[in-house]
Amino acid sequence: MYELLIGPFVDYGFMQKALLGTLMLAVGAGPVGVFLMLRRMSLAGDAMAHAILPGAAAGYLLFGLAIIPMTIGGLIAGLAVALGAGAVSRYTIQNEDASMAAFYLISLAAGVLLVSLRGSSVDLMHVLFGTVLALDTQTLWLIGTISALTLVVLAIFWRGLVAECLDPLYLRSVSGIGGLVHLLFLVLVVLNLVSGFQALGTLLSVGLMMLPALAARFWTSRVETMSLLAVAIGMVSGVAGLLISYHLELPSGPSIILVAGLAYLVSLIAGRRGIVQSRLRPHRHRVA
Amino acid sequence: MKRFGLLVFAIMALLVPLPTHATAQPLKVVASFSILGDLAKAVGGDKVEVVTLVGPNGDAHVYEPKPADAASVSVAGVVLVNGLGFEGFIERLAKASSTNAAIVEVSKGVKPIEAAEEGHEAEAGAADTEQHHGGIDPHAFQSVPNVRLYVKNIAEAFCAADTTDCDRFKANAAAYDAKLAKLDADIRAAVASIPAEKRTIITSHDAFGYFANEYGVKFLAPEGISTDSEASASDVAKLIDQVRADKASALFVENISDPRLVNQISAETGIKVGGALYSDALSAADGPAGTYIEMMQHNVETIKGAILGS
Repeated sequence: MYELLIGPFVDYGFMQKALLGTLMLAVGAGPVGVFLMLRRMSLAGDAMAHAILPGAAAGYLLFGLAIIPMTIGGLIAGLAVALGAGAVSRYTIQNEDASMAAFYLISLAAGVLLVSLRGSSVDLMHVLFGTVLALDTQTLWLIGTISALTLVVLAIFWRGLVAECLDPLYLRSVSGIGGLVHLLFLVLVVLNLVSGFQALGTLLSVGLMMLPALAARFWTSRVETMSLLAVAIGMVSGVAGLLISYHLELPSGPSIILVAGLAYLVSLIAGRRGIVQSRLRPHRHRVA
Repeated sequence: MKRFGLLVFAIMALLVPLPTHATAQPLKVVASFSILGDLAKAVGGDKVEVVTLVGPNGDAHVYEPKPADAASVSVAGVVLVNGLGFEGFIERLAKASSTNAAIVEVSKGVKPIEAAEEGHEAEAGAADTEQHHGGIDPHAFQSVPNVRLYVKNIAEAFCAADTTDCDRFKANAAAYDAKLAKLDADIRAAVASIPAEKRTIITSHDAFGYFANEYGVKFLAPEGISTDSEASASDVAKLIDQVRADKASALFVENISDPRLVNQISAETGIKVGGALYSDALSAADGPAGTYIEMMQHNVETIKGAILGS
């Protein structure tokens, strides 16, 4: 049992770093995923993840495979797309999903172009798919800082965020901070994607953000419980994914996300608000 | 308008080479990656014009051809490829460019070795199976005797395409072959100066199978034979165990692949990264591995220096 569950983490420093990295990622990404889902922006996370690419690629082209420039570049590109899409949706007749689609496609194409400028020296996929096994201390600090910052911002603006999700018009009618809260939230999304990008890569970091949140949705309707549950599911997926990767010789990133996917499927079927339970009690009205 | 027409005619006359000049023109050769480009120049000298598709420090495993590449291939007299499944893109490119040129696999006659078992299994599920060709290691050029075969094949291919300069090609090839023979002897001498039990090193992807076979240095790698696989936690753990058991004595990064995993192993075991090895591509001309011979010299010197220095 020790060999199976604890041994790998005790024996190898890289496993400890990978574990710490995924746990911290789950803490920040879980609640952000919950809010994304509640705002019906689940796919926006995916779009944002692509939007990070040109910034990261520019950082990579100018400074090589160094964490700080790639992070800052990704942050700038992600924020530009998030804020641009937000602004367009607020000041024109186009919806946020439409403007988001336009901005992220432009951004993605620019990213692919930038990466190929340098020939194909060091595979693009290695830039797109980070590897959780190669996390160093510097990256861990970055992930930790972003997760802590996320929690602080969420704690301060919790009520505003919940109100914005459930009834944005109400929030706007009683307070002027609706727009601010929305922007802050988009910044949080980008920050968490950038931090996940180092560990799991742009594509899979969305998985650790959305899948635990979507799974948690099947168990509870309270936002607080849902967020805590999402964090827990994210953490369990991280640990289980790493152990599976270690024992079964599978790549780590996909293993982690697939465990989270499994958690989603189980919740979908067995959750309190999942398929089976809602079939068993067909007469009761659903509560939002 | 009339003047404009004359101008166009004048330009056309300049641009379109007269047929009588065609025979004196150098043979147009397309080489799939930088090492072959270097060999082609050595054999062809000034009688060939070499275009290299995957340039210095580029990774042929994952290369995406550009329209200009198709254009070069379509006008080429000879297209040189490594073969053994190294260039996954070449078949599609040849078809797209509808070239009449002979596509020559310069590794013809090389005795292929199986890919190392480790990383390869991890990538068995990877989408692009054509790159991996049933577990054959394509990096045959890491062994100098193989490259002597390459050179012979290249000379034959050039002779078939351009009979008038055939003697020249043969002479160039013979001169280059002598250099390769000396290089081979130098590498053997350098490896012999390393104690046998210290001849195990770690690199980022499995590109040195032929070097290992030929010269008796053992290479371990977290990635498989191609650069497009992802390492599993157990792959990395096994490498760390090897170092801890004092089986591996040096760590290297490669010019074409992601250095982060190797750096992580270095941080964990306390072995310093001994430098960069050039595996599948040359460096820029002014770099430490601008030609094939320089590349092999650089690699063996770097390996020797790091092991004896540790």
